[in-house]
Amino acid sequence: MFDYGAYLRKDKFPLIWCSGCGDGIALKAMLRAIDRIGLSKDEIVMVSGIGCSSRLPGYVDFNTLHTTHGRAIAFATGVKMAKPELTVIVVTGDGDATAIGGNHYIHAARRNIDLTVILFNNWIYGMTGGQVSPTTPFGKRASTAPYGSTENAFNISGLAEAAGASFVARETVFRPQVLDKFIEKAIRKKGFSVVEVFTPCPTTYGRRNKMRSVIEMMNWLKDHAVPKSRAEKMDPQELEEKIITGVLVDLDLPEYTEEYQKLIDRVKS
Amino acid sequence: MTEKTAKKKRSRIVVKREWCKNCAICVEFCPKDVLVMKDGFPEVVHIENCTLCQLCELRCPDFAIEVYEDET
Ligand SMILES: Cc1ncc(C[n+]2csc(CCOP(=O)(O)OP(=O)(O)O)c2C)c(N)n1
Ligand code: SF4
Ligand code: SF4
Ligand code: SF4
Repeated sequence: MFDYGAYLRKDKFPLIWCSGCGDGIALKAMLRAIDRIGLSKDEIVMVSGIGCSSRLPGYVDFNTLHTTHGRAIAFATGVKMAKPELTVIVVTGDGDATAIGGNHYIHAARRNIDLTVILFNNWIYGMTGGQVSPTTPFGKRASTAPYGSTENAFNISGLAEAAGASFVARETVFRPQVLDKFIEKAIRKKGFSVVEVFTPCPTTYGRRNKMRSVIEMMNWLKDHAVPKSRAEKMDPQELEEKIITGVLVDLDLPEYTEEYQKLIDRVKS
Repeated sequence: MTEKTAKKKRSRIVVKREWCKNCAICVEFCPKDVLVMKDGFPEVVHIENCTLCQLCELRCPDFAIEVYEDET
């Protein structure tokens, strides 16, 4: 048994999330990853925006910052610029990071600043009752799309890749033992790193989309996750509705705070 | 055979009812059907089949089930 207790603010338990909400599975994976890296609690800053997933930093005994909707990456950028020696981890949702916070997301990737973004993709705005988010798949239902969404969904990992991120990985909470390895790699990576975590929201997404229980949602994740190596041999029709998992990007690129320090040194000398 | 290798690993499963939210993920996805849901909580019925794979614990969203390895 892994000792999660050492990292938790147990007085805040039980977790506020609904029964079956997958966010807790990802939280545990994050703690195992951090433990393996061996960072002390004071070396970590965890920053979130607003949303169910953004409640996460309240449960962990690191330096934590619960900010405003969409602005987690902006606050985290400030923290990292002021204290580049700290490990800054952003916890955010698909709405928080790619709707209201979409510009911060792409520009932090473009700068390639050394942040690790754990992006909880549950295809919906959970906290506010299930409105369409930029990742709600076409045709799926939400409170603002009672007959099915007529918008195309963002590929948010692809967005980070196109914008210049050093590291991008994708996994579902059905495979927590793989998820923690990807989170570990993302934290260790110098540069902007994203782990897109597919996690069930049974309350606002599942029940509107013919998945009455979290068990059905977990089975859906199990059946629709396709590792990248296998996906490369499949044709586009077969990949419809599938989630391609694995490390999608892993590059050594110049990192923003280091480049900035070089500039300071050069100008001063 | 040394004494150490003769020792058999035994599983012990602890459910924290005060944190459990009765989602049944641990029960449904145990590969060995060690657990069942009873009165809304996971209950151990076939501990002898447990392989200590830890999947029930890894997938519990609420930190409510723990798998321990005891030496016998
Ligand atoms: C400026 C502002 N606009 C809107 C809101 C309302 N709001 C709170 S959370 C949220 C969306 C959360 O969705 P997501 O980031 O996907 O997180 P989830 O709850 O699904 O984990 C919205 C629109 C807000 N708090 N602040
Ligand atoms: S509404 Fe959805 S995302 Fe929010 S806690 Fe409940 S299950 Fe989780
Ligand atoms: S450790 Fe594995 S085999 Fe044992 S109860 Fe949990 S899921 Fe089942
Ligand atoms: S997975 Fe956790 S919360 Fe869900 S029933 Fe099992 S012990 Fe309870």
